[in-house]
Amino acid sequence: MKAAVVVFPGSNRDGDVARALRLAGGEVATVWHAEDELPKGTDLVVLPGGFSYGDYLRCGAIAARTMIMDAVRAHAARGGLVLGICNGFQILCESGLLPGVLMRNANLRFICHWQHLKVERTDTAFTRRYAPGQVIKVCVAHGEGNYFADEATIGRLEGEGRIAFRYCDEAGNVTADANRNGSLNAIAGVYSEKFNVLGLMPHPENLIDDLAGGTDGRGLFESLVARAA
Amino acid sequence: MIRNDAPITPELVREHGLKEDEYERFKALIGREPTLTELGIVSAMWNEHCSYKSSRIHLRTLPTKAPWVIQGPGENAGVIDIGDGQAVVFKMESHNHPSFIEPYQGAATGVGGILRDVFTMGARPIAALNFLRFGAPDHPRTRHLLAGVVAGIGGYGNSFGVPTVGGSVGFHERYNGNILVNAMAVGLAKADEIFYAKATGVGNPIVYLGSKTGRDGIHGATMASAEFDDTSEEKRPTVQVGDPFAEKLLLEACLELMKSGAVIAIQDMGAAGLTCSAVEMGAKGDLGIELWLEKVPCREEGMTPYEMMLSESQERMLMVLRPGLEAEAEAIFRKWGLDFAIIGKTTDTLRFVVKHHGEIVADLPIKELGDEAPVYDRPHISNVFRQAIAPETVAAPVSNVEALKRLVGSPDLCSKRWVWEQYDHLILGNTVQAPGGDAAIVRVEDGPKGLALTTDVTPRYCEADPVEGGKQAVAEAWRNITAVGGKPLAVTDNLNFASPERPEAMGQLVGCIRGIGEACRALDFPVVSGNVSLYNETNGQGILPTPTIGGVGVLDDVRKHATLAFKREGDVLIVIGETKGWLGQSLYLRDICGREEGAPPPVDLAAEKRNGDFVRHLISSGLVDTVHDCSDGGLAVTLAEMAMAGGIGALVPECPVDLPCNAFLFGEDQGRYVIAVDGDSAPDILYSAASKGIPAVILGMTGADSLTLPGEEPISVAELRTAHERWLPAYMSGEIAPTP
Repeated sequence: MKAAVVVFPGSNRDGDVARALRLAGGEVATVWHAEDELPKGTDLVVLPGGFSYGDYLRCGAIAARTMIMDAVRAHAARGGLVLGICNGFQILCESGLLPGVLMRNANLRFICHWQHLKVERTDTAFTRRYAPGQVIKVCVAHGEGNYFADEATIGRLEGEGRIAFRYCDEAGNVTADANRNGSLNAIAGVYSEKFNVLGLMPHPENLIDDLAGGTDGRGLFESLVARAA
Repeated sequence: MIRNDAPITPELVREHGLKEDEYERFKALIGREPTLTELGIVSAMWNEHCSYKSSRIHLRTLPTKAPWVIQGPGENAGVIDIGDGQAVVFKMESHNHPSFIEPYQGAATGVGGILRDVFTMGARPIAALNFLRFGAPDHPRTRHLLAGVVAGIGGYGNSFGVPTVGGSVGFHERYNGNILVNAMAVGLAKADEIFYAKATGVGNPIVYLGSKTGRDGIHGATMASAEFDDTSEEKRPTVQVGDPFAEKLLLEACLELMKSGAVIAIQDMGAAGLTCSAVEMGAKGDLGIELWLEKVPCREEGMTPYEMMLSESQERMLMVLRPGLEAEAEAIFRKWGLDFAIIGKTTDTLRFVVKHHGEIVADLPIKELGDEAPVYDRPHISNVFRQAIAPETVAAPVSNVEALKRLVGSPDLCSKRWVWEQYDHLILGNTVQAPGGDAAIVRVEDGPKGLALTTDVTPRYCEADPVEGGKQAVAEAWRNITAVGGKPLAVTDNLNFASPERPEAMGQLVGCIRGIGEACRALDFPVVSGNVSLYNETNGQGILPTPTIGGVGVLDDVRKHATLAFKREGDVLIVIGETKGWLGQSLYLRDICGREEGAPPPVDLAAEKRNGDFVRHLISSGLVDTVHDCSDGGLAVTLAEMAMAGGIGALVPECPVDLPCNAFLFGEDQGRYVIAVDGDSAPDILYSAASKGIPAVILGMTGADSLTLPGEEPISVAELRTAHERWLPAYMSGEIAPTP
C-alpha cells in the first residue's frame, strides 16, 4: 500500500502518522505542500495533524487552498482513499471534501487527553480490522474539534451511516461527559458520500504501542494496508 | 570618528539600567563617550540577565564535569552523552518578568526561547517541561496570570510540535508581585554533530535567518534585570510576541542546513537579540565582527541602529556560514519561507563594528564587552537560624484522615490536570509516563532507551534554610528520576531570586548555590546549563528563593520502569528510608496547623544515594514496578496519590510506637520511597535492604477501594479523587471562592 503524507508548513504529526503506516506495513512517501501532484501509484493520501500555516486564519483554511489539495481532490474524485487527522480533518472540511466545520472546543481551551471512541461501522476501508461496536482508546489534542453542521447535513450524515466514530466512555456509552469538545451528536469522525474520505479529530497514530498508551489505533492503519494490498 | 547622535546624560545612563560606576568603567574601556547605540549595546551586555555579574563568582563553584558531559555551561544549552552515539541537549530558562506583565506572550516566548536554545545546538526537541509559581489563590491577579501562562505555554509548544511532559505548579503569596515561569526543553542529537556558537575563520559571511526584526522586546533583558514597582504595567511593550509557526519552520530549516555542512557557528537571538548573539560568536572565536545593519530584514520601516541592535523579536538566528555555500543555504531557507540575509562578516580586528549605510554607529572591543563586564561579590548574610520542631509538640487539629483529604485537595497538592490537559503531552508517540508521575518518561526514538525528566525545588525549604533547600532541590530531582527507574545524569538550574542588592536575598542565592553544589557533587549529578533570574521583587517584597532544578536521567531499557499507581491488590507496601516525623516546614504544619515554621528536613546525601541506588536496582532488575517518592505531604499523601492513580486502596494498620501518628503520616523526611511489591518478594527485598544498612519497613498492604490510615475511618479512593480533582477547575471557573 502506497501512502502519501502531505507536509504543510506547520504540520507536526506527519512523522507520527508515517510511523504508524510503516508499522502496519505501508509504504510511505512525503509530499511537500508546494508540489502539484501526488506520487504515482498513491493509494492513500494522508493530511496529518498540526497547525498548517500556523492556523492563523481558520484552522485548515489556507492549506485547503494550496495546489496540492487540487491533486488530493482529484484523487478523491477518482475514488482514492484520503485520511485527514485533526488538522487534516479541518483541512478536509475547509476544502469541501467533507461537510461541516470544526469550531473551538466547548470549554474554549486546547485539550489533550485519552479518549474512548465507538467504531460506528466496520465495513469501510478504514475500519475493517475493528469488531462491530468496538470501543477503542485513542487520544485527542486539539483546540478546535467541536464538530458542527446544520440540521439537514447532520440528518443526512446520520441517515447515510457516515458517522465514523463517536466520543464515548470506557464502556461505550455516548455521554455528554465523554464528548468534551461539544461536537454535535458526539461526532469524532465522518466519511464522505463514497466512504473513501475519512476525517477524524482524535489521533489513532499515537496509539500503536503498549508502552505509550496502547495499540487501539493500529486497526485503522492495518485496515487501510489490508484493503489496498 | 564616530558621530555622536545623542548626548549621553546621566538620566539616559540610568534608564539603561547602568550604575554610574559601571558607565564610567565603560567609558574608560573605550576611551571616549559612547554613542547611543553603543550605550544600548553595553546596557544589553552588562545587565544582570546577560552578564551574570552578581552570581558569576558563586556559579563557578558548581560541579560541571563528568565523563558523560559533552558540553557544560556557557553554550546555548548543556549536552550529555547517553551512549550509542546519541546526545541529549537541554536547558531551562526563566521568563518571569515578561510573563507577569503579559502572561500569554511572556510564557509563549519563554518556551520558544528555550526550544531555540536546544535546536541551535543541532538537536531536535523531544520534550518540554516547566516550573510555574503564582501568587496566593486569593490574590486578584492569580487566576488571570495562571490562565494566561498555561495557555501561552500550550499555544507555543502544541503548535511547535513538542510534547510538554512534565512540570510543577504552586502558589504562595510571596509570588503575588512576581510569578515564576521556568521553561525547560530537551532535545536529541548525534553526539558527534553538535553545533556551537564559536565563530572561526576571517572574512566568513554572517547570516541572519528566520523572522524579521521589529520593535518588540527592546530592553527586555534590561527589564528582566530590575525589580518591579507600580509602573511595571507600562513595560508591556517590552514583551515580545511569539510565532510558533515561524519557529517550527526555523527548526526544520536549521536542521536541514546543518546537515548540508554549511554551518560553522550558530547562535540564536534571544535576550538582547542581535547584540548578544553577534558578540558571543565573535568573542568565543577570538574574532571581530562587522555588521551592516541596512541588510537586516526589518518588519517596520525606519528602524534605527539602536532599535535593531536591541530588538528581541523572536524566531531569529545568526550563523557563520562556510564561504561558497551561501546559495545552497539560502535555497533551504527560501523553501521554508524564511528570511535569509548576509548581514556582515568575521574580521581579525577583535572589534565589534556596527555600520548603517556605511556609517559606523558602534565600534567596541568585542572581548571586553563580555569579559570586562562588572563582576560583583555582593555583600550577603546568611538567614536566621530556624528551630527544629519536635514531632511531639505538634498537636493534630483535625483527624489524620481529614487532614489528608484537605491536603490532597489543597492548591499546592491538588491535581493539576486542568493545566497539563492544555499541553499536548502525547505528540511524537513516545510518552511513556505522561504528567502526573514522579518524573516524565519519554522513549528515545524506537527505544529501548528512555529519558526520565523532572523539574523540582521546594521554595519554602529554601526560604527557611537556603543550603538545605538547595540540597533538597537537587536530591528531589535525583529521587524523582530514580523513582521511575532512571539513572540521573545531569541537571540544568534556573535560579530565581529577589534583588541581589539586598544582602539577605543575596545570602539566599549564595546559600542555595552552596547546597546545590554539595548535592550535585555527592550525587554525581553535574550542572550542565542554567539561567539566573534576579530582581524578582516588587516594592521591596521578594519572592521565595526558588532555585529550580531540571533533572535528566536515562533508562537503558525503558520497558523496565516504575510508575506510582497501585497495580494489584494484596501487594506489600514498604517504605525505603528513615521516617523520623519531620514536621518543620511541612505542608501539614502550614496548611493544617496554620504554621509556616521551623527548620526544613535535613538532607543526608549519603543516605539519599544509598537508598536511591537500591530502589533503582529493584526497578531495573524487574523486581519492582510500583514506586513513588515521598515528598510534600509525607507518607499519607504519597499513599493517597498511589491509590488514586491505580484505583486501588490500601491499609496501614498502625503507627510506630515511638512517633505521634500525625508526624509519622505527614512528616517530610527526605530520601524516602514507597514501593508496592508482591508478598513473595517482600522478604527478599527487606533482607537485601537490611544487609546494605538501608532502612526498610513494611507499612501495610494494598487492597479494596479505600485508604485506611491507622486508627481512622477508611476513606474511599473515589472520595480522595473527588477532593483531589475538584479545586483547580472550580477555582479557575470561579465556582468556588479563591481561598482554599
